Amino acid sequence: MESKSSEFLARSSEAMRDEHLQSVLNKLRAGLEYKRKAAILKIPNFEELKEHARAVKDHTLANLDHYLEEFESSVIESGGHVHWARTSADLNRIALEICQKAGALRVTKSKSMIAEETGLNTVLEEAGIEVTETDLGEYIIQLAEEPPSHIIGPAIHKTKQQVIDLFKNHHDLGERELESVKSIVDEARKVLRDKFCNADVGITGANFLVAETGRIGLVTNEGNGDLTATLPRVHIAVASIEKVVPTPEDASALLRVLVPSATGQPITSYVSFFGGPRKQGDPDGPEEFHVILLDNNRTDMLAGEFRDMLRCIRCATCLNHCPVYTSVGGHAYGWVYPGPMGSVLTPLMTGMGKAHLLPNACSSCGRCEEVCPMGVPLPDMLRQLRTIEREQGLTPAGWRWGLTAFMKLLQHPRIYHLGARWTTAALKRMGKKRGSIASIPVGSGWTKVRELPSPEGRTFQDLWRQKNRKGASGNE
Amino acid sequence: MTKKSDDQKNSKPLVGLFITCLVDLMRPSVGFATVELLEQAGCRVEVPEEQTCCGKPGYNSGDLANARDVAKRVIEIFEPYDYVVVPSGSCAGMISRHYPKLLAGIPRWENRAEVLAEKCFELTGFLTDVMGFTAPAPLSDLSGRTFTYHDTCTGLREMRVKAQPRQLLRNLRNVEITEMKGTEECCGFGGTFAAKMPDISRHMVDAKIRRAEDAGAQIILGGDMGCLMNIAGRMKRLGKDIEVRHVAEVLAGRLDIPAINGKGE
Repeated sequence: MESKSSEFLARSSEAMRDEHLQSVLNKLRAGLEYKRKAAILKIPNFEELKEHARAVKDHTLANLDHYLEEFESSVIESGGHVHWARTSADLNRIALEICQKAGALRVTKSKSMIAEETGLNTVLEEAGIEVTETDLGEYIIQLAEEPPSHIIGPAIHKTKQQVIDLFKNHHDLGERELESVKSIVDEARKVLRDKFCNADVGITGANFLVAETGRIGLVTNEGNGDLTATLPRVHIAVASIEKVVPTPEDASALLRVLVPSATGQPITSYVSFFGGPRKQGDPDGPEEFHVILLDNNRTDMLAGEFRDMLRCIRCATCLNHCPVYTSVGGHAYGWVYPGPMGSVLTPLMTGMGKAHLLPNACSSCGRCEEVCPMGVPLPDMLRQLRTIEREQGLTPAGWRWGLTAFMKLLQHPRIYHLGARWTTAALKRMGKKRGSIASIPVGSGWTKVRELPSPEGRTFQDLWRQKNRKGASGNE
Repeated sequence: MTKKSDDQKNSKPLVGLFITCLVDLMRPSVGFATVELLEQAGCRVEVPEEQTCCGKPGYNSGDLANARDVAKRVIEIFEPYDYVVVPSGSCAGMISRHYPKLLAGIPRWENRAEVLAEKCFELTGFLTDVMGFTAPAPLSDLSGRTFTYHDTCTGLREMRVKAQPRQLLRNLRNVEITEMKGTEECCGFGGTFAAKMPDISRHMVDAKIRRAEDAGAQIILGGDMGCLMNIAGRMKRLGKDIEVRHVAEVLAGRLDIPAINGKGE
């Protein structure tokens, strides 16, 4: 998908003016936060589960080559195919070739962030293939021709009424009216049933790739993943390389922290493992089973200072707890992954040039790290990206030179204290009438939305010195 | 080398007060209240004159080279003391959580950073957890107005400050906190963030103010001047009159001085 991350400021301002979006975001903030908390309270050993999940992931990442090769052999052994895609374009090309070889006209898809990352739908559609998203949220945004705004709730930015209007425009409703959420779901289900039954190829994502068994694990709440994987002639799973785990038990370890963190459920309605094509005697299943593994800069991350980011299991709890994400929503970020995890991934995957504002969209509040079930040090990584931003000369000149001068000044206490005395006296005079200052020349972003409260007028160091001098002479 | 040995006859711990650039520049009252509280709790207090700022603005903006130099200065200045106490969770967090990361792998400095980190505390955490400071009866009764408390992010998450200020307020001044919703959510300050992305910061601080209003607060307290100036400055721009004060001042009984968003002359 094409990145619009450089428009972050304009897009976020627009998002904060959008009343519909704000009402949805307020609910999201309160709702998912509460659900996660309640879910975790019911799991007495959640801290242990987190530690274990993290150990599983660290071990796997340390031996990633080994487990990926094991996964590949296991898939081949069970009659499936594994394809390696270094770039997004590679993945799209491989998927298209498989579809074309199968003579596919219709493709169903269950939710996949990897397919969003590579922009797969566009490539298939341009080749004349009909692609239908079958996750309700994804289906809604496909009709709206919008990218997802949240990694587990892609249409979370839409109000009920907006969905009803979309269905009115795209479905043949006749005399029927849609009112309740149930009527919306029923309507989508009716339309999607036909799509499931008539699809030639089903494309799914994967939450886990199990090395030992060659199976892929899929977590959904709608069952659409199962229909996508089992009904069409060909099943293609697209996944990034860090999704591999050694054993089914390890997949289960990740599952146990993933779901409570993501939705506040103990487990999702459907947890399915698929592998290999239909065997003789199987009642259902595809004739062909393909897995396409995507790198897209992940091996660079593995080898460098952002390796911990590969521990991320895409639960989205950092989005739900981020004060910036819940203020501006996902579209403001301009690419596939929003919020704290997105502000790390987007610059690493699409380049610093376009995305360098994102690591600045952070008040360093630390909530993301606090709630992350995999202990990803997101604030440290965002700071590290700001360091790279500075090294690459992408920081605005005013900030760069202003802060450098300030940091140098801190190392010269006499000049610093003189400057501080002068500054506080000047600010005191400026704010005399109002008790605050409405506009300052340096860091004017501050006074764009708030006053600068007036200082008391003398520095503490100045007053302290004076007090001690008096105290000392009094003692003599 | 250590100042402790000079005063061995005196068993009171010697505290180096890290005053912070914002208290020094904007609100010396917080500094004097801090000294008073530390002395009441049985400490001797010194304020090293060569100190300036912890360097967090540069560190957070990616200027690691200068941040390392500033960190080394702070370590040199403050390592002779028994404790370093800071009336700010943010600067205390910079010293105790970030200096060790910043100087990791640098011979001699890594260890010195870790030693200083161990003895650096946020004010209310220090008074409660290290000094066990309590009064047999409240020193004065400031109840009668509705106080709420904003848990500043770094105080809460880096310095584990949560119950300590509430306990001290109750014990020293008979003040019971009326909790607002989302008290652990960021106020939108975030250092340079407030000036780099003012619209998003405004959105965040407005949510904070709304929740303080919903709680019926007359006074918002907190332990970090940056956050308090953000809330106070926005309150002032909106023409709202909930008072914003630093917890140290209230703990020292100083409700008489004008609030941070006080009126002009």
